[in-house]
Amino acid sequence: MIEFENVGLRYGMGPEVLSDLTFDIAPRSFQFLTGPSGAGKTSLIRLLFLSLKPTRGLIRVFGRDTARVGRGELPALRRRIGVVFQDFRLLDHLTTYENVALPLRVAGQEEASYRADVVDLLDWVGLGERMHAMPPVLSGGEKQRAAIARALITRPEILLADEPTGNVDPPLAKRLLRLFVELNRLGTSVLIATHDLALMEQFDARRIVLAERRIEIYE
Amino acid sequence: MATGGEKKRRPSDRTAPRVEAAKRVVRAAAQVRRRARGGEAGRAIVPPQTVAGRALVSVVAIMCFLACLAVGALSVVREAAHDWQVDISREATIQIKPIGTTGMEMRLARALSLARETSGVRSARLVDERESTALLEPWLGQGLDLSSLPVPRLVVVELEDPASADLSGLRAKLAQEVEGAMLDDHAVWAARLRTMAGGVVLVGVGVVVLVLAAMVLSIVFATRAAMAGNRDVIEVLHFVGAEDPFIAREFRRHFVVLGLEGGSVGGAAALALFGLGDLLLRSGRGDPLGDQAQALFGGFSIGWSGFFGVIAIVALVTALTGITSRATVLGHLKRLE
Repeated sequence: MIEFENVGLRYGMGPEVLSDLTFDIAPRSFQFLTGPSGAGKTSLIRLLFLSLKPTRGLIRVFGRDTARVGRGELPALRRRIGVVFQDFRLLDHLTTYENVALPLRVAGQEEASYRADVVDLLDWVGLGERMHAMPPVLSGGEKQRAAIARALITRPEILLADEPTGNVDPPLAKRLLRLFVELNRLGTSVLIATHDLALMEQFDARRIVLAERRIEIYE
Repeated sequence: MATGGEKKRRPSDRTAPRVEAAKRVVRAAAQVRRRARGGEAGRAIVPPQTVAGRALVSVVAIMCFLACLAVGALSVVREAAHDWQVDISREATIQIKPIGTTGMEMRLARALSLARETSGVRSARLVDERESTALLEPWLGQGLDLSSLPVPRLVVVELEDPASADLSGLRAKLAQEVEGAMLDDHAVWAARLRTMAGGVVLVGVGVVVLVLAAMVLSIVFATRAAMAGNRDVIEVLHFVGAEDPFIAREFRRHFVVLGLEGGSVGGAAALALFGLGDLLLRSGRGDPLGDQAQALFGGFSIGWSGFFGVIAIVALVTALTGITSRATVLGHLKRLE
């Protein structure tokens, strides 16, 4: 699904922040990406999401070499990848419902065709009662679930979540993890970037550990 | 009281349909605005308050007003020049210079009869001494005795159709038969008028182009400012898979509404100014200044061509606003890569 071969990344003329990364993410797989703060987890997620280009090496996403993907082809590839950011990135002037429906709206779908799906998904993540609320009045956990719902609404083939439990209490973190596991059972590959050891203890999955610019993989 | 068995409608009955029609127009306008700002399907993805609204509407309104003034002025000058040209080309003048002290009346009568015999001539008349005196009065003063001066006499020839009138034949006959006669078909004046009108049109078009160029630059700056203020929104749109044309459309629809608002205000103000000018000119008839303006322009009304010109400018301003904002957004997104 996604393959990295000897990938390196540097910002501008600075030193390499990621070196010689070689790994792949298989279909229907579940993995944690972990490492100390500042190890480059977010940079790696941005590489996975085609938001950054590597300075060396090869990245293949859904069989396509990203170095050969044109600017016009990026949106179609990105629609197959769901991303949840640590800071949620919800649009404060749109309701929860509108935020979750945004990927479908930008894909040019009519509201009548997706309304029921969005409402169902909001119910599934426990936000059915809050669909008309604006993000500024949502709690951290509600914002996190809204961001997850937005990442899932297009039924992506892979979900990338950057510190999805960083802003929530342990019980909610446990609930969110169950959500990701259930999603994985339904066929979506999941990669969760976290440095929360307690969270990783709760589910036995592959671990990609990022330290000193390189990765180690524990199957 | 109602008479003749017909019930008279009360004033409120008469105005009610108009009020209802006005309400319908306002409702329709609000709907168009709502659709442009996001519609019922969802709020606008780019928040309207992040686009420099009022300031840009004012700039567009002022630019549109100036462009409409230029177009209206062009229309007035062009129509006046056309009227002058038609008037001038429908007339020719035979000028007979005095030679010696006698024979003028005989030569005038011959010139008159030759003019009347020429094909394409509707009428010919002699400018008598009183009219000649009146013509020269502004330069030579009152109480003038023309008989003591070597002043040429004039015959005014009115043409049926300037194109088919045999003026060259008349010129040849006058040269043969009437000593000191000279035919002036006003071609020099008509050519000068054409040149002047062409010059005015060129200057006017130049002014319109410059004003619209300034407006386009204002929209470019406003669009860049709006994009800078919505960097987070653009980022989110990118990672949910939005294509650049979609993002450009989201920005464009705000700018089209602003352009339409500004353009309508500017166009309406220009039309109001022309209406006021026409009204003042009509009310000033009888005083020397009003009469001179009336003689010069034949009225301050811009006519249908000017009216449609103003509408076209408003449409052009709206279209330019949309096109410019879209091109700016697409260019900016391309540079982000």
